[in-house]
Amino acid sequence: MATEPMPTSMTTRPSIPSIWDVAAFAIVVALFAMIATAAQQMMRPLAVLDIVPVSLDPWNLPEYALRTTVRMFAALAVSLVFTFVYATVAAKSRRAEQILIPILDVLQSVPILGFISLTIVVFLSLAPGRVLGAEFAAIFAIFTSQAWNMTFSLYQSLRTLPEDLDEAARSFRFSSWMRFWRVEVPFAMPGLIWNMMMSMSGGWFFVVAAEAITVGSTTITLPGIGSYIALAIEQRNLAAVGWAILTMAVVIALYDQCLFRPLVAWADRFRFEQTPGDEAPESWFLTMLRRSGFVRAATAPLRRAMRWTFRRPAQGENSQNPAARWLRSPWTDRAWAAVVGVLAVYAAVRLVRFIGQSLVIDDVVTAFGLGFLTLIRVSVLIALASVLWVPIGVIVGLRPRLAQRIQPIAQFLAAFPANLLFPVAVFAIVHFGLNPDIWLSPLIVLGTQWYILFNVVAGASAFPSDLRDSAINLRVRGWLWWRKVVLPGVFPYYLTGAITASGGSWNASIVAEFVSWGDQRLVARGIGSYIAKATEAGDQPRIVLGIAVMSVLVILFNRALWRPLYRYAERRFRLA
Amino acid sequence: MPDTVITDKPLLDIKGVRQSFPKGSGEDLLVLDDINLTLRCGEIVGLLGRSGSGKSTLLRLIAGLSRPTAGTILYDGVPVRGPAPGIAMVFQTFALFPWLTVLENVAIGLEALGLPEHEIRKRALSAIDLIGLDGFESAYPKELSGGMRQRVGFARAVVVHPKIMMMDEAFSALDVLTAENLRTDFLELWSDGQLPIEAVLMVTHNIEEAVLMCDRILVFSADPGRIAREIPVALPHPRDREDPLFRELVDSIYVEMTARKPRPTVRSDRMAGTGIALLLPRVGPNTMAGLIETVAGYEGRADLPEIAKELNMEIDDLFPGADALQLLRLAETEEGDIRLTPIGRTFAEADTEDRKRLFARQILAYVPLAAHIRRVLDERPTHQAPKSRFRDELEDHMSEDYAEHTLRTVIGWGRYGEIFAYNDQLEIFSLENPT
Repeated sequence: MATEPMPTSMTTRPSIPSIWDVAAFAIVVALFAMIATAAQQMMRPLAVLDIVPVSLDPWNLPEYALRTTVRMFAALAVSLVFTFVYATVAAKSRRAEQILIPILDVLQSVPILGFISLTIVVFLSLAPGRVLGAEFAAIFAIFTSQAWNMTFSLYQSLRTLPEDLDEAARSFRFSSWMRFWRVEVPFAMPGLIWNMMMSMSGGWFFVVAAEAITVGSTTITLPGIGSYIALAIEQRNLAAVGWAILTMAVVIALYDQCLFRPLVAWADRFRFEQTPGDEAPESWFLTMLRRSGFVRAATAPLRRAMRWTFRRPAQGENSQNPAARWLRSPWTDRAWAAVVGVLAVYAAVRLVRFIGQSLVIDDVVTAFGLGFLTLIRVSVLIALASVLWVPIGVIVGLRPRLAQRIQPIAQFLAAFPANLLFPVAVFAIVHFGLNPDIWLSPLIVLGTQWYILFNVVAGASAFPSDLRDSAINLRVRGWLWWRKVVLPGVFPYYLTGAITASGGSWNASIVAEFVSWGDQRLVARGIGSYIAKATEAGDQPRIVLGIAVMSVLVILFNRALWRPLYRYAERRFRLA
Repeated sequence: MPDTVITDKPLLDIKGVRQSFPKGSGEDLLVLDDINLTLRCGEIVGLLGRSGSGKSTLLRLIAGLSRPTAGTILYDGVPVRGPAPGIAMVFQTFALFPWLTVLENVAIGLEALGLPEHEIRKRALSAIDLIGLDGFESAYPKELSGGMRQRVGFARAVVVHPKIMMMDEAFSALDVLTAENLRTDFLELWSDGQLPIEAVLMVTHNIEEAVLMCDRILVFSADPGRIAREIPVALPHPRDREDPLFRELVDSIYVEMTARKPRPTVRSDRMAGTGIALLLPRVGPNTMAGLIETVAGYEGRADLPEIAKELNMEIDDLFPGADALQLLRLAETEEGDIRLTPIGRTFAEADTEDRKRLFARQILAYVPLAAHIRRVLDERPTHQAPKSRFRDELEDHMSEDYAEHTLRTVIGWGRYGEIFAYNDQLEIFSLENPT
C-alpha cells in the first residue's frame, strides 16, 4: 500500500547550488549586513547627531533610505506582535472584547501626528543619551500609524472563521496553539497582508514627521529620508526635494517587488474561496525563494520546531471546573462592568483636570469650532474627490487592460507621502496671493484621494459581466446606466475607499493646515493647525485638547455617516 | 466488515439525551428529546430525518463539539467530554483547509496526535492511496472537483484510525453521479474490511442512501427530534437499487415518514401549533405549482418515491412541498402517495390569474397567520402595519429564527396570492399593490 512514489514536492533536489540559491544567498546576507549597520548606528550617543548632521548631499540618500527602511520594518514588526496579542485576546475573551474593541476604535481615530511630541519624552528617558531613545520614539510614531487596521483585520478574521473549519479542527483535537497557527492565522492571512500594505503606505506619511522631532525648544533629527526632506524644505532646496522623491519612489518600488508582491502571491493559497477562479498573483522574488534549496534548508529547522510545538496533546478543553463556571456567571459580568466604569470615570476626571489646569471652557468651545471647520473641509473635499474619481474609476475598471496598468500607479500614489508636494502649494498660494483657508484644503485629500480611485477601479473590474451584458441588451444607456446599473454595483467598494480616505484626511489636516516652505508659513484655520501650532509651542494641554476634540469628531463622523452607509451597502448592494 | 460478526460490545451508548437552546421568550427550544441509541462494532447506522429533526445536532454531541442538556453519552464506556480520540468526522461541506495540500490536509490530524514525522508520512500516504487520491498529493483543495475533495475528507478521517467514523450528510453536497461513485467505493472498502474503522454513524436525509448503506436506520421525527422508529436492513451487500426488496423497504420508509399526519405541533401546550403559530413549510408558490403539475401529469395520484426520482428531489425538498399542498388542501398524502384534491385539480388546469385567486382563497382559509395579517391591514385606516408587530406575536410561540422564517414564507405566499404587499426596505405590510 505504501509503495507509492513520493509526491513531487517532497522529492529531493540536486545538492549543487542553483542560480536561485546564489541570488537568494546574496540577498539574504546583504539584508543582514544592512540591519547590522543600522543597529550599530542606533547605539551611538545622541551627541553624534549634532556632530554629523543631516546633509542634503544626494549621495547620502541610499544610507538615509536604509535607515528609514529599518525604522519602518521595526515598526511593522512591533505592529505584528501587537496585532497578534491584542486581536487574539479581544477575539477569545468576551470581557476583554468589551473594552479592547472600543479602545481600538478610538485609537484608530486619534490623530497620530499629535502624539509624537507627547511620547518622545518617555522614550528619550528609556535610553538616556543614546540615539536609541529617539529611534524608539520615531518607531513608536510609525507603529501608531500602522497597527490599528491590522489589528482590526485579524480580529475580524478570527471572529468570522467558518464554522465547519472550526469544528474540523476541534474534532481532530488540535490544541488551541495548533489551531491558532494552522487554522486561524492562515484564514486571517490575506486580510492581514492587505492591511500591512496599507499600513506601510500610511507609514511613509508619518516618517517625514517622525524623523525630525521637536520637543519644545530642542529638535532631534534622525538621519533618514524624512529628516532629509524636512531639511530640504527648511532650506528651500527644490533639487534636494526632487532627489528625495526619486529615492522614495525607488524604495517604494523595492518594497513592492521584494516584499508585498511575494507576500500577496504566497498568501493566495490562504484565500478561502475554493474556486479555481482568477489568475493567481505572481512574483519573481517569491519564485526565486521557492526554487532556492538554500532558503528551504534554512527554514526547515524552523518549520520542524513549529510542528514540534503542535505535539502537545489537546486537553479536555470543555471541562467545566468551578472557576470557569464562576467566571461565566452574570455577577462576574456586573462586577467587571463596574470596574471598567470606575476606571473610565477616573480617566475622564484626570483628563478634564489636566486640560483644566491652564485652559478654560472657552478654549474647548474654540477647539470645537475649529474642529467643525476641518469637518467641513474634509467632507467637501471627499465629496469633490468622489465626483472626480468615481466616474474615472468606473471607466478604467471596466477596461481590464487599462485597469491593469492604472491600478499599480494608483496604489503607488496612495503610498506616496503627499506632504512632499506641499511646498509646491505654498509657493503657488503665495505667488498668486490666494486665501489659505480655501486653497490649503485640497492638500488634505492630495494623498488620500487615490484610495477612492483604486477601490472604485477594483469594484468596476469585479462588476459581473452578465449584468453589463444585460444592460447593453436592454439598451440601458447614459445617466440611467450610471444610476441604476454601475453605481450601485461599485458602491460598496467606493465606500471602503471613501472611509479610508476620510480617515487619512483627518490625520493629514495636521500637516496640511499648517504648511511651511523655508520661513514662509501658511495656516488654514482648523483643528489640524490648532494641534500643529500647540505642538510647535510645546503646549501640552492644548495638544491633548486638540487630539481629544478631533477624536470625538472623527468617531461621531464615523458613527453618524460611514457606519450606517456601510451597513446599508452591505444589505442592498453586495453582489453575492 | 461482513467477516466480523456484529458483536454485542457497544462502542457508543447513548441514554436519555436531551438538547435544548435558550430562545427569546422564556422557555427553551427543545431540539432533541429522549434519544437512546447504541452503536456496535461492525455496523453502519443511519440517522434519517427531515431537516430540523436534530440529527446533525446529535452528531455534534457525540463528536464532543457541544454538550447535551441532559442524558449520557458513553463512548467505549467513558462519558464524552470534549472531542474524543477515536471519533472522526466527515463533513457535508468537506471542511478542508484550503491552504494545505491534499497530503497536508490528510496528515494534519496525525500531527495533532503528535506522531513522529516518518509515521505521519507513511500513514498519510497509505490513506491517500486507499481512498484513491494518489497523484493528487500536492494539489490544493481548490484544484479538485467536489468528489475528490470529499475523498480527501474521507482520507483525513480514516488516517487517524478512528473507532467510529461519523458522516454528516457526507454525500449531499455532491452531484448524483459523483455521490453514487463515492458511496460505492466506500462500501466496497468497508465490505472488504480494508478500512481501519470499527463502526459508522451517518446522518442523511436521503432514504435510498440510508437503505443502500446502513445495517440499521433510525428514523427521526421533528420538533423536537425523537427517534420514531428503528428499521433494520438485512439485505446483503452489494445492494441493488432495483431489487424489489430494496424498493419495498424504500417505499415503506416513505410511508413511515409521511404517515405522521398531524403536522408536528410546536410546543404542544398553550394552543401552539395552531392559530398564527402554525408552522409553515418553507416552500415557495412556484415549487407548489410545479409539484401540482407533476402530480397532475400522473392523473392526479402519484407515488412519492417515484416523483422524488423523476424530479431528482431529496426528501428535504419534496416533503415540505407535499406538506404545504396538504395544508392548503390542494393535495393529500397517504401511504407514501400524493393525491390532488378537486381544488388541486382545478388549480392544475387554471391560468395564472385564476391560480392566484384560488391560492389567495386557500391561504386566507387555512393559514391563520395570513388571514390575521390581512385582517389587521383591513382594520387599520392607513392599511399599513410594520413587520415587527407580527414578529413579536410570533416570538411568543417560537424562536426568533422560526418567526423570521415563518414570516418570510407567509410573505412569499401572500405576495403570490396578492392578498397584501410588503416592502422589505421599510419592513412594512400594506394593501397597496403598485398599479
